[in-house]
Amino acid sequence: MENSIHSYLPLWACLSSLAAVPLILLFRRETFLREAVTILAGIAKLSFVLAMLPIILQGNMIELTLFGDGSDGLVPIVFRVDGLGMVFALVASILWIPTSIYSIGYMRGLKEHSQTRFYVFFAVSLFATLGVAFAGNLLTLYVFYEILSLSTWPLVTHHQDAEARRGGRSYLVHLLGTSIAFVIPAMIYVWVKSGTLDFGGQAILADTDLSYVQGLALLLAFAFGFSKGALMPLHSWLPSAMVAPTPVSALLHAVAVVKVGVFCIIRTVLNIFGMDLLGGLGIDLVLCWIAAITLVTASLIALTQDNLKRMLAFSTIGQLSYIILGIALLTEHAALGSILHIAMHAFGKITLFFCAGAIFVATGKKQISELNGLGRRMPITFAAFAIGAASVTGLPPMGGFLSKLYLVWGAAEAHQIALLCAFLISAVLNGAYFFPVVYRAFFLPEPEMDAIHADGSCCVSGWREAPLLCVLPLAFTAIGSILLFFFPSTFYDLASIVLHGGVANP
Amino acid sequence: MSEHLPVIVVLAPLFGAVIVGFFGSRDRRLCFPIALTALALSFICSIGVVHHVATVGAWDYFVGGWESPHGVGIQLRADGVNSLLLLAIAVVALLALVYSIRQDGEKDAEKSPFFYVLFLLLCVGLFGITITGDAFNVYVLIEITALTSYGLVAMGSSRRSRVAAFQYLVIGTVGASFYLIGVGYLYLAVGSLNMADIRAILAANPEIANSRIVGTALVFILLGVWTKMSLFPLHGWLPNAYSYCPSGSANLMAPLVTKVSVYVMIRILFSVFGLGVITENPGWSELVVLIAVGSIVAGSVMALTQREIKKMLCCLIVAEVGYMVGGTWLGDAGRWGLTGSMYHILADAMMTSCLFLAAGVFAKQFGATRLEHLSGLFRRSPWVAGAFTLGGLAMIGVPPMCGFFSKFYLIRGAIESGHWLYIVALLGSSLVNAILFFRIFEIAYFGEVPESSEPFEPSEGEGATPRRYAVWRTAPLLIAAALTLLLGIFNRPVIDLIRGTVVENTGIVSMEE
Repeated sequence: MENSIHSYLPLWACLSSLAAVPLILLFRRETFLREAVTILAGIAKLSFVLAMLPIILQGNMIELTLFGDGSDGLVPIVFRVDGLGMVFALVASILWIPTSIYSIGYMRGLKEHSQTRFYVFFAVSLFATLGVAFAGNLLTLYVFYEILSLSTWPLVTHHQDAEARRGGRSYLVHLLGTSIAFVIPAMIYVWVKSGTLDFGGQAILADTDLSYVQGLALLLAFAFGFSKGALMPLHSWLPSAMVAPTPVSALLHAVAVVKVGVFCIIRTVLNIFGMDLLGGLGIDLVLCWIAAITLVTASLIALTQDNLKRMLAFSTIGQLSYIILGIALLTEHAALGSILHIAMHAFGKITLFFCAGAIFVATGKKQISELNGLGRRMPITFAAFAIGAASVTGLPPMGGFLSKLYLVWGAAEAHQIALLCAFLISAVLNGAYFFPVVYRAFFLPEPEMDAIHADGSCCVSGWREAPLLCVLPLAFTAIGSILLFFFPSTFYDLASIVLHGGVANP
Repeated sequence: MSEHLPVIVVLAPLFGAVIVGFFGSRDRRLCFPIALTALALSFICSIGVVHHVATVGAWDYFVGGWESPHGVGIQLRADGVNSLLLLAIAVVALLALVYSIRQDGEKDAEKSPFFYVLFLLLCVGLFGITITGDAFNVYVLIEITALTSYGLVAMGSSRRSRVAAFQYLVIGTVGASFYLIGVGYLYLAVGSLNMADIRAILAANPEIANSRIVGTALVFILLGVWTKMSLFPLHGWLPNAYSYCPSGSANLMAPLVTKVSVYVMIRILFSVFGLGVITENPGWSELVVLIAVGSIVAGSVMALTQREIKKMLCCLIVAEVGYMVGGTWLGDAGRWGLTGSMYHILADAMMTSCLFLAAGVFAKQFGATRLEHLSGLFRRSPWVAGAFTLGGLAMIGVPPMCGFFSKFYLIRGAIESGHWLYIVALLGSSLVNAILFFRIFEIAYFGEVPESSEPFEPSEGEGATPRRYAVWRTAPLLIAAALTLLLGIFNRPVIDLIRGTVVENTGIVSMEE
């Protein structure tokens, strides 16, 4: 049924951002050219990914083996593009372009230092993200996973002050520490056990005689080892990584890095264990409950936050667990919802981060309690914020509604009423922490002292939006969230391919 | 000409040393070109040897055409185990040589002919140990290596380097003597010194192979090479010797001398006693793996306590030696541990070379010998900092650097043979390395650039006088960093070559059993 096609497209898609690095360095004095290179690389990347899309939608796979073959039990470096990889690659490469544009507005607006370094490592991390998406075996996946951890460290610690040092340290201890301590031994154990690490074909461990304890240990090693997925109690790197400049938080900590974490966990469930083995051993419920607890706890913590970006960070932790819980439920619709939520949450959450950054650039405000009345000053930003919030909460007509609908459906299908309640409670909590922000911004009066601001300009009733380069991207992603509700078919088809190997009837 | 490549690898630096001795003392400017030519010749020849081994197979060369192993003939043997190590030695030696260019007017310029003679003779020893197929020859060449190393260590400008050299001399001599006693016992039992010959006799006569005298020989030989490779608890000499010697010679010795000793252990097990020794004596191999674990833990803990860059790197060598010894003795059926050890010899040679070159550049260029001196390094010299970062990441074992792939195969061997303690030690040491190097990266990345470029208290050793940027110091560092990356990315051909020999050899072992 599935044909595998040999093509260099995945390699070019990966390398297009890496190839931009020397050019960015070359043009470090010509800021305009440097930023043009970034955007051109983004467009090139997206075109390569889009070129692969029809091939995947026809139910084919694209395969490319680099560095050796599987002879003598060795593991080659392989790219294989399938439906799941395509969903992720598509989301990451679509969102890189608005993020690049936004970065220009943000970084120039705040006159940040070391902007060249910033663009260089941004490009490297996109290279690694697509590498993870297209990885054809566990070794390749791990290689790119680590490149991503390290290439984002200079971005997280961009400000180079004491707080950035703390955040960066927590970031590395969690990401590098867990991947060395858990993923490496688990990966090699799988290799010894089954003799292969390849994602193609049936699940790697499907034919092995794992005991309950071994299976559980492996599953936990992968689930916590890929700690970019921020399962509790290994979540605390994410809030502390919010010291990064907002474009970094937006793309990396709402889309690329954290989604790499859940992507790896989905790979673990689907391609390493396989749904049958996980269900057969009965270890799926352990993962379910870890995710469910994370989901509710993170939403509760988000309620208590006053720093806008920290609130968004905890919201992200919760939403990541939606995806993990969805795949761990092992039912068709839950898995579908889980894969769709990768895309839906990405568009919604990146909008929210863009808004947080735009507010900071325009007014210098970071706390939710300072936002009273700002909606009248920055209507586009806060409208986009409302749209993003609605999408992440799961209200129609935003994309997030669809994925959450499938998730709840899947929980019902699995007869897990308690987990279904966790979804619903969390959705209510999502609304409870997002909408007060919107309410404050539009309906509470502006504080007196803000009416005349420092530079003496007295346009009390005028707009005070962030620079155009900040506002355009957030409008784009907000509109994207709405469009995904009406036209979800591409992602829906890709998700069906993951589950059935072909396009199912909707 | 091309059929003599294996011997030219060894002879080129030997003749180079003689020529430097003759002419170098008359005109010091001649020293460097002569040494460079000699090593370049070795480098080209070792590429030829690797090519031959990869395409044709193992290469036996009889010096002077004396084919009979019972006579005085010296056999050289190049196969998948050692041909790549020859190349690695040539590369590291060339990089160290380029780094150590001395200008006229430097304070110890009058010593430079002696330095180059010792340097080349050390290379002769290393090449010779690696390529010889004769157990006694190994001893002779170990002594050549050792004597030249003592000289090079003692050339350091501080008083401590003389103490360190003496310490090194005493322990080194004990080690070499152990090895000699072992070979003596073996000769008593078997009556031959040629490795292939001994192997054949032992395989044909199990009663000799299992006799106490051969066992004693093995124990003495192992103790000898462990001392030479500074396996814990025989490591005492190493940190001082390599941190107080001139960085030009540290760049040659630190990456190579211990690695070549590990190679000797593997070669002796592989070609003399047979790998069966490991699997047939599970109690012994358990013990050796435990010692290796001890070495990894001790090296990592000692490294954590160091604030001096070179001392820290020296402690890491002790840990890395534990990796390789442990991997060799895992005794897993697929020989993945052995594969990992052999790959790690090459990988570690490149990483250590990169890190020591970086430490040398820090000392010479910034006067930085301690961790806190590196403040603001990324801003002061992004290229040097970047190269050091690559070396550090390789030590941590981050893919796609070479250090990751050796761990990958070592852990596979450990899982197959059920040595969980070794896995914990390996991963623990990776985490410790992450702490060590990110501690430095943090200082270098977050720290302020010092106001003036020479604020450091003049230490006794080198680095007292920071000098300006020198391209011949930075270029080898950049090349070494690039090689650690390339060796990792293109690990497959290397692994294939090693696996080929390992599988072939284990096939022979299993046929005999």
